[in-house]
Amino acid sequence: MDPLTIIIAAPLAAAGLVAVIPGNYRFLIRVIALLATLLSAAVAIWVFAEFEPGASGLQFETRSVWVKSLGIGYHVGLDGVNVGLVLMGALVAFAAACVSREIAERVKEYYVLLLLMAGGILGAFLSWDMFGFYFFHELALVPTFLMIGIWGRGDDRVYATYQITLYLSFGALLVLVGLIAVYVQCGANTFDMVELHRHVAQTPIPAAAQRWMFPLLMFGFGVLVSLWPFHSWAPTGYAAAPTGVAMLHAGVIKKFGLLGLIRVALPLLPEGAREWIPVMGVLAVGNLLYGGWVAMRQSDLNRLLGYSSVAHMGFAFLGLASLTVLGVTGAVVVMIAHGFLAGLNFALSGYLRRVAGTTQMDRMGGLLDKVPFIGALLVMAMLAGCGVPGFANFVGELLVLFGAWEANKTWVVVAAWAGLVVGAVYTLRAVRTILHGPLRTELATVADPAGAWHRSAYALLVVALLLFGVVPGLLIARIEPDAKAVSGTIATGIEMKAAGEVGSIVRGAVAAAGVGVRQ
Amino acid sequence: MSGFSAIGLELAVVVGALAILMIGVCVSSERRSFLSYVAALFVGLVLLSSFLVSWPEKQAFFEGTYLVDGLALFFKRLFLVAAGFVLVMASGSSRETAIGVEFPVLVLIALAGMMFAASAGGFILLFVALELVTVTFYVLVAFARNTRRSLEAGVKFLIIGAVTSAFLVLGMAFVYGATGTMNFDELRVAPIDVGNKQLFDIGLVLVFVGVGFKLAAVPSQIWAPDVYEGAPAPVGAFLASGSKAVGLVLIVRVMNSTMLQGETLWAVLLAVSAVASILYGALCAIPQKDLKRLLGYSSIVTAGYLLIGLASGSEAGIGASLYYMTAYTFAALAVFTVVSIVFGASEPAEIVGLAGLYKRSPLLAVALTLSMISLAGIPPLAGFFGKFLLVKSAVGSAGLKTGLVVLIGVMVVGILISIYYYFGVIRAVYWVAPSKDGKSIIVTRSERVALIMLMVGLVWLGLFPGRLIRASSGAVGSIAPSRQAIAEVVKHDGERR
Repeated sequence: MDPLTIIIAAPLAAAGLVAVIPGNYRFLIRVIALLATLLSAAVAIWVFAEFEPGASGLQFETRSVWVKSLGIGYHVGLDGVNVGLVLMGALVAFAAACVSREIAERVKEYYVLLLLMAGGILGAFLSWDMFGFYFFHELALVPTFLMIGIWGRGDDRVYATYQITLYLSFGALLVLVGLIAVYVQCGANTFDMVELHRHVAQTPIPAAAQRWMFPLLMFGFGVLVSLWPFHSWAPTGYAAAPTGVAMLHAGVIKKFGLLGLIRVALPLLPEGAREWIPVMGVLAVGNLLYGGWVAMRQSDLNRLLGYSSVAHMGFAFLGLASLTVLGVTGAVVVMIAHGFLAGLNFALSGYLRRVAGTTQMDRMGGLLDKVPFIGALLVMAMLAGCGVPGFANFVGELLVLFGAWEANKTWVVVAAWAGLVVGAVYTLRAVRTILHGPLRTELATVADPAGAWHRSAYALLVVALLLFGVVPGLLIARIEPDAKAVSGTIATGIEMKAAGEVGSIVRGAVAAAGVGVRQ
Repeated sequence: MSGFSAIGLELAVVVGALAILMIGVCVSSERRSFLSYVAALFVGLVLLSSFLVSWPEKQAFFEGTYLVDGLALFFKRLFLVAAGFVLVMASGSSRETAIGVEFPVLVLIALAGMMFAASAGGFILLFVALELVTVTFYVLVAFARNTRRSLEAGVKFLIIGAVTSAFLVLGMAFVYGATGTMNFDELRVAPIDVGNKQLFDIGLVLVFVGVGFKLAAVPSQIWAPDVYEGAPAPVGAFLASGSKAVGLVLIVRVMNSTMLQGETLWAVLLAVSAVASILYGALCAIPQKDLKRLLGYSSIVTAGYLLIGLASGSEAGIGASLYYMTAYTFAALAVFTVVSIVFGASEPAEIVGLAGLYKRSPLLAVALTLSMISLAGIPPLAGFFGKFLLVKSAVGSAGLKTGLVVLIGVMVVGILISIYYYFGVIRAVYWVAPSKDGKSIIVTRSERVALIMLMVGLVWLGLFPGRLIRASSGAVGSIAPSRQAIAEVVKHDGERR
């Protein structure tokens, strides 16, 4: 079997296997889930290493017919954009399975759904068929709703479940209508994205049609990525979600919308994009400003993380809206970095919740003494969140700001201020309230996870953040050629010029990152 | 092929019904519960034998009143599948309630009526077959005659059924008056004087009202919630599957034969009815507390979706409606089976009564969840593919008919609302604390097999839709060539004039 199919099939097959095991074999169920996600992660690392940057066409490509009469097929392959996303998704899925020890009831159902989520979203990332792309995403999305409802926490979990279900279903329906419109308007009788790209290059979709199709996709995908002002599901949902689900959704599944913009909306609808991109830019800055602003007022750690993840999505949107090679590259790096970061953040907050019994920050304090390992990781995660050099987020955010400078300088100033200054305020304040100050008496028995094995999931995510922060070339070399292709379809004169300079600027950014680390 | 071999499947069903009636008279009343099994097996055999015949070419029998084509065969198989599951469901229910020997016989007679209706080649057979189905259902709905709710449902069904039948007859008379023919093939090319056009249009609207009664589409939808709620669960299942499909196939037949003269009328009629059905059903379903009543409203919404496929006017659109009807049949059968096991055939099905179902019977919980997810149109289940095909056909024709944009918008709203109320059922199953008696539920072997078959069907149609898409587009294609031929005839006619 080819490697990409293994990445998708391992969790899905494990879900099927767990479903037929009696529910009281908890250990066996857990081992199967861990092995399946580990297998996916290992294969994902292998294909990431084997991936040849800059080679033309898709790598590790496999295709077969699914529904012939409609032009639907199973088509998976890697390009520079999804190779990093798949790596991130598989690693976060493994970490999410690791930290799911906290689940005590209905273990079997939990792992079946978690594995469906993991397999589904990896399938969506790998799919080059619009139908498969949507299909796999829904496969991952629906378990999210059920899991928040069944294993969720907090008083308003029922409300949160309904909100996230209706909001995201609405987004997904808009996307569905948009994708079908793309299929119909192309008239190529295929859902295959590669063939659609080829077809559109020769016979573009009529501009009038693009003008109504692009907003459909932009807002549809936007709702799924919590584009401001359609973000309100995110903090409530993540606050109520069980740890593993919050990690997978905030870290991985959410990136589907951005990938959809990169794969479908921008390259296939360039005319529509040109018209609507300024709107997306404004909303992206809205994400950064509003998300950060509201995050400052939060007293609950999970809500703070939810709003900060809304804010971070602003960088990704801004990068895409710039339509420059640097911006698009940066957006993809942000997607990957934020995936690791959100996974780490929610894993840590889940741990704190388990040992401290709360995520209210003012009911914690002085925890650094008691949990040096978790505390140190929390500090690192928070620093990464406010864009400190050395972490992968910094690379992405910097590239986005460079890229956006070409497009609109005011946005960049506002975005940089919102992302870096406001971000620093809320993250550092969280660090202070949770980790420093006097220890509360009821938290005296709190301790770190025992043993290297139980710490490995957290460590894994930090290592990934640091690795891509220190050696961003690993990602950028892979992303850049395809980012060039994406922005190239829409490129106007100015952006072409930027494309020429990209090499030197990327090297500059990398150097800056290196300097940051050394300091 | 002679006329009598053409109606072989129907004859077999009628003979089977009579045979079961005879056997039922001969055995003692305690041992009659096996009759439903016998009937179900028999229906299964007829279904298998239906795969021995294939009718790629359209043929007409009995002077054009009885048609044999792919569309008829598609629906006959669908009716047989539905009836088989309904009979299995009834056999389980017969343990507690006094569902006697008449029940399987009546189901088979209704089935024969449905199969005749699928082959209707003119208004005469359409009306007779439809009345055969409807009158049988009057009895079936009120079958649990010692409960008030069932009787009340029967009376409501009777009154509204009678009224809409009257509309249908009147409509048929108007169309006949305007065109001088009752036969669909002749109707297609019948010249209509300008003065008679209005009569013809009114006639078509009235026919739509009459046939829409079966489909539970606005404006003849009002019976659905009450009757679904009051009727015994197997009857509700048959109403949602077989009876609804009769409405669909008849509207397709009538539409196909009057498309040339009434194209704008149909476009408006279908669009208005679809929008009204979706919004009415979806909004009214939100506050429902009874699962069967909820299904009644969701059945109205489904009628709206089916009409969207027809409204898009393309072959792909009609094929999408056929696909969606099949997907809906499987889901509705599964839900009613669960309802009849959990609550008993003729008891009220309060949604709160589902609390803790996942503990009482995991199989039922999974079956109910899968069918709710399929009804809500979420992958990877059959309902998703149905909705996907419907949206695709609507978007595909939207360039030609701007009104379809509104339909797509309404459909999105309808799906969103429906996710809300279907999710409420899932919520009750999994995360509402169980009420006092958490005793497990006994599921008989036949019910278990039926549920597993339905679940496999739901997943299979969602993952591997190719075969059913081919079947449904083949079914639609089998009536389309004649449409093309007619267009040529008309053109020729015009040139000659």
